[in-house]
Amino acid sequence: MATLNDYLLVSGLLFAMGLAGVVLRRNIIIVFMCLELMLSAANLSLVAFSRFNPAPNGLPDTNGQMLVFFVVTVAAAEVAVGLAIIVALYRARQTIHTDELTSLKG
Amino acid sequence: MPSYLFWILSALMLMGGGAVIAFRNPVSSALSVVACFVGLAGLFIGLSAFFVGVIQILVYTGAVMVLFVFIIMLLDLKDEEKAAKPLLPIAAGVVLFVVFTVQLIGVLSRSPNKIAPDLSAKTLVLAANSFPPTSKIATTLSQGKLPDVHLIGHTLFTQNNLQLQILGVLLLVATIGVVVLSKRQAD
Repeated sequence: MATLNDYLLVSGLLFAMGLAGVVLRRNIIIVFMCLELMLSAANLSLVAFSRFNPAPNGLPDTNGQMLVFFVVTVAAAEVAVGLAIIVALYRARQTIHTDELTSLKG
Repeated sequence: MPSYLFWILSALMLMGGGAVIAFRNPVSSALSVVACFVGLAGLFIGLSAFFVGVIQILVYTGAVMVLFVFIIMLLDLKDEEKAAKPLLPIAAGVVLFVVFTVQLIGVLSRSPNKIAPDLSAKTLVLAANSFPPTSKIATTLSQGKLPDVHLIGHTLFTQNNLQLQILGVLLLVATIGVVVLSKRQAD
């Protein structure tokens, strides 16, 4: 049986991969995908905590899964708005390369 | 969930996560995210969170990633593959990953470990006592099955009703925002 720390380790590794991807990739769509990976990694910890710290009646704590439900919904809304912004950006600049988007640089 | 299944699904998930960063082609990255999320959904189901596992497949791999692939195809990003890789961001990413992993292992090795609490039919039948005896949750529990969706629905509509409505407003705002953003601006 996998223990709580196994789940947290796997979830942390996935989060670290997402973080590394946000830093090292230049394509803004892939940066966005890596953000999704980080959100999902947090979801895995939440579900693991809900399973390993049961409610007083012995069932998995549904409040943790509730939070996952909210995170998934907010992430879906975020993806819709974010991709619309990326499309608008591409229309305005003809690029989604983060190196070429330097208009905020002083 | 048996231990080997946990490690297989975790390996699928982590390989998918690594492939997202490694692939040059955005479509390959998007499909790696799908593989990663399928592994993740398997882990959720192994943790007896059936509803969350199904939501992960339906919303993330079904809707969100299809949207990503759609946008990638819409933007037609062929020349991105040929771009030269600067060394500094790669080094920064690798260092960040290593530091985070070392920190994680350090924390986990000193934090108390837990094994999964018993969720056998006996526990479920016992838990039926904490719900009204004629309710759907109690009858399913007394059959020795976990009524996952009913339990989540119960928590959602009794304890988190306001948050659910705020979430509805958020989705409405996001929908309107997307329509406004996607509208071609008059020059």
